[in-house]
Amino acid sequence: MNFPILSSITFLPLIGAFFVFLTRSEINQTNKGAIYVSLFTSFVNFFLALFLWYSFDNKTSDFQFIEELTWISGFIKFKFGIDGISILFILLTAFIVPISVISCINSVKTRLKEFLIAILILETFMIGVFCSLDLVIFYLFFEAGLIPMFLIIGIWGGSRRVYSAFKFFLFTLLGSVLMLIAIISIYWITGTTDVVEIYKIKIPSEFQYLLWLAFFSSFAVKLPMWPVHTWLPDAHVEAPTAGSVILAAILLKMAGYGFLRFSVGMFPIASEYFIPFIFTLSVIAIIYTSLVALMQDDMKKLIAYSSVAHMGFVTLGIFAFNKQGIEGSIIQMFSHGLISAALFLCVGVLYDRTHSRLINYFGGVVHILPKYSFIFMIFVLAALGLPGTSGFVGEFLVLVGTFKVNFLAAILASLGVILSAIYMLWLYKRAVFGKLEKNELKGMKDLNKSEFGILFCLGALILFFGFYPDPLIDTISVSVDNLITNYNLDISQSVALK
Amino acid sequence: MEYAVIFLPLFGTIIGYLSKYFGDMTSQLITTVSVCLSAVLSIIIFYNGVINNGYGNYLIYEWISSGDFQANWSINIDPLSSIMLVVVTLVSALVHIYSIGYMSHDPNKPRFMSYLSLFTFSMLVLVVSDNFLQLFFGWEGVGLSSYLLIGFWYKKNSANKAAIKAFIVNRVGDFGFAIGIFLIFLFFGTLNYNEVFQLVPSFSEKIINFIGFDINLITLICLFLFLGAMGKSAQFFLHTWLPDAMEGPTPVSALIHAATMVTAGVFLVVRCSPIFEYSQFALNFVAIIGMMTAFFAATVAIVQNDIKKIIAYSTCSQLGYMFFAAGVGAYHVAIFHLFTHAFFKALLFLGSGSVIHSMNNEQDIRNMGDLWKKMPFTWISMLVGTLALTGFPLLSGYYSKDAIIEFAYLSHTKIGYFAAAVGIITALLTAIYSWRLIFKTFHGRFNNQKISKSAIHESGLSITLPLAILILGSIFSGFLFKDFLIGHHYTEFWGNSILLLKKFSHEQVPVWLLYLTPTLVTLSIPLSYYLFIDNVKILDNIKLKNKVLYNFLLNKWYFDEIYEFIFINPIKKIGLFFWKSGDVKTIDRFGPDGISKLVKIISNKATKLQSGYIFDYAFVMLLGLSLLLTFFIIYK
Repeated sequence: MNFPILSSITFLPLIGAFFVFLTRSEINQTNKGAIYVSLFTSFVNFFLALFLWYSFDNKTSDFQFIEELTWISGFIKFKFGIDGISILFILLTAFIVPISVISCINSVKTRLKEFLIAILILETFMIGVFCSLDLVIFYLFFEAGLIPMFLIIGIWGGSRRVYSAFKFFLFTLLGSVLMLIAIISIYWITGTTDVVEIYKIKIPSEFQYLLWLAFFSSFAVKLPMWPVHTWLPDAHVEAPTAGSVILAAILLKMAGYGFLRFSVGMFPIASEYFIPFIFTLSVIAIIYTSLVALMQDDMKKLIAYSSVAHMGFVTLGIFAFNKQGIEGSIIQMFSHGLISAALFLCVGVLYDRTHSRLINYFGGVVHILPKYSFIFMIFVLAALGLPGTSGFVGEFLVLVGTFKVNFLAAILASLGVILSAIYMLWLYKRAVFGKLEKNELKGMKDLNKSEFGILFCLGALILFFGFYPDPLIDTISVSVDNLITNYNLDISQSVALK
Repeated sequence: MEYAVIFLPLFGTIIGYLSKYFGDMTSQLITTVSVCLSAVLSIIIFYNGVINNGYGNYLIYEWISSGDFQANWSINIDPLSSIMLVVVTLVSALVHIYSIGYMSHDPNKPRFMSYLSLFTFSMLVLVVSDNFLQLFFGWEGVGLSSYLLIGFWYKKNSANKAAIKAFIVNRVGDFGFAIGIFLIFLFFGTLNYNEVFQLVPSFSEKIINFIGFDINLITLICLFLFLGAMGKSAQFFLHTWLPDAMEGPTPVSALIHAATMVTAGVFLVVRCSPIFEYSQFALNFVAIIGMMTAFFAATVAIVQNDIKKIIAYSTCSQLGYMFFAAGVGAYHVAIFHLFTHAFFKALLFLGSGSVIHSMNNEQDIRNMGDLWKKMPFTWISMLVGTLALTGFPLLSGYYSKDAIIEFAYLSHTKIGYFAAAVGIITALLTAIYSWRLIFKTFHGRFNNQKISKSAIHESGLSITLPLAILILGSIFSGFLFKDFLIGHHYTEFWGNSILLLKKFSHEQVPVWLLYLTPTLVTLSIPLSYYLFIDNVKILDNIKLKNKVLYNFLLNKWYFDEIYEFIFINPIKKIGLFFWKSGDVKTIDRFGPDGISKLVKIISNKATKLQSGYIFDYAFVMLLGLSLLLTFFIIYK
């Protein structure tokens, strides 16, 4: 048996969390031991993920590094395996977690040890989601991820943290219950919960519609899609910076991944049937939330709403069902992971120094924080999809793909590109440019080394993939081809049957 | 060499900025030298292209490749791009030199120089592209540098506002451009110029259903591409950002908002001539928008008082000329005018910059006057610039502008005749507002209370040297390149880079047309002198009698106000409505808040059910029993 690399990547953070737990600490003291252990764990995990990417074979669409263990015989297998789509998300997770660990060292003042434990456990769950090839295992990881996040918001959050935490929990749980029912029914229909098996068996089309809706209700909330997006701005506003980073960068992507792996893979006929529905919701999401973002006075809320708009592009691309659309939406998710993480970190930098997130509180920041303003500008430009940043590659491919199937949706979505320029530049203008008038702002210090380091890494990656997205596209290309081929095959068979 | 031309400015941007730690001089030197080198190299490339036919395509690497969607980074040198290379790098190099002097009091020199180089790089990427996606990169890249440079003095709120306005109006254009690209890719399956252009004829009759309308595909593509061009080149309806962009430092206005970036739209239309030629409707549309812009901007320029805004409107108007030249099919004349315009408009801007610089940032021409003895060299350069702009015989503008009018006439279409007429009227207006600027600035009485006249002095060498070179360009560029670019044998130079389906007839234009414009232009000099210096009262009377018209012009036809009313305010209101009424009052109220409230209510009610009194339970049991009994009796 080969070295179980997927399980290692998944469970290493859990082991790390255990060691963090063993370190000694007082509540309000910085705990060096916990910091070192969690840094070490998350970095080792990142290098493992890089190694995984390196040894990954992008010529085949089959699942690789498969690990199988029987858990409950005849029912649940513990099955891990990845293809080109999952590996990007694993990489993203393994990259974002060390960043958020570094960022919280500065900004989390109380119960740092517990915070680090929560983050590391969360990493296990997130990576588990992207590795699972069994529905039940997937469901466990998918839902378990809620708990650490709920705690992060509820314990380390702002003043309205309890309301936000419960709103977050209520929304996400509601969808999940339906998904659980759907998973059980899939077991009754096909006799297995192994995703690869289900791909082969093919679920009869009459069941697909309801099952699709059940999965959709869970993913739509997580993504989030309009109109079930309202938990996201609240959650972001109250969450501590590191929590926002993980929430925006990875938790939202689990839903996009879920759409690709499960909704499209298992229910192609229903997916085709619901295309107009998804397109409508996505276009509404893009325009509606962009307009709402425009009027926000809280920076985090603004970025949260812009996340909803950006995720609208993701669903649009996936359900365009062509190569550009799906590849675009995967790249969009990847790059949004980097960009939104960076933007939330940028807001965090200001928040740590002033304890305000209100846009109008600031102004003229550029005079005292030149480095910060420069690097913030890169992320603003990436968020509005300027060519040369990874945001552009994703958005443009999605729009090309959508345009092939639906002119109107693509044109309306393109309007979102204008709106994103308006709200991002306006935000930047109000917060960063202008005269420095407030006295309480004048004492702010520019980025320290660790802040600069993580923001620089994010910025460099965003630009790198903007100019050279090939490493990403090559990784996913064959798997996406396979996805589309299977989808088209199923659709044409069902048409032939009729 | 081709690579060096493009990447030297990028090198300047990055290294020049980083070298600020070695002092401002180092940055200025690195950026300026790299751009100057790039200018020299592009002249060599141009020369090499003309003499040895040394054109070619150099691949850098593949940018995006997703399925059949392919786009490369590459350098495509053909006649059109080589002449654009010369214009861009030459003006840019001069502006770099000029900025060393002009920005000497500014604390952020490295940043400024680095932005200028960044702009040059993006513009070069735009020009040498061989596919639409790289063009789009350059297109947005110049938009970005323009945004950064307009807002360079970020302390000023007005500068920040103007910067955002420029970026967003351009984004509206880019939205159209992007849809044009989508259409091209969807139907032609490629974004490479050559491949697209070869496929165009076979699609020329294709009608597609576009969101409910049946439209000719080629026309549709052209209109969307042109929307992009309108944004970038500040054409009617999307012009509002250009005058505001004058908030930026003057070298920026000269480089970006006069000589190069704003001409990108013209470049796009000319580059896509193989597509536009197959859609008469789109060409007519281009011509009409061009005419409207030319006329509109000239009327507004007449009453403006800000020296830079006058020149900005003049740029807008001249761009209109280029567009209607392209619209009547005279693409080579459009580029010729672009070429000469780059010299004299940069000259005018840099000259006015010299005035502003020595008058402590005074821009209102009502506060100037009688400066010509104080700054003779600047006066001469402005004079040459004005003569060239108005099309005074034998200067560069004369050859290109008259050529536009002649070719419009020669196209022998209704639109063409109309365009020629608009061209002539606008030329007269141009002459009047340009001479108004000269007379009010350099002649008459000195009208400034803030600075004493003796404090005003001629600018230094780094400012006058670029002016001198541009003077030469403004005088000779028309005469020297006329035969070469638009003469009878123009195809020898242009080769395949532009397509003209119908050849222009070689017949002579009527003599009266040949002499009409120069005569009008020449006559306008004494006329303006009379109106603006000798007898100001006449104008004041006209102003008083036509208050409405005067205000209409002074407020730029109220475009900003109208846009504020129909776009900006409603968008804000809708955003607020969606947020407050949509998210908070509807989704949250009936969603999570509603559910939790409902649960609370139900559980409150449920607690009441468990009252603990035996008679309550007995009553319910009795009720249930009787209901069940009734049910069975009825349905048995």
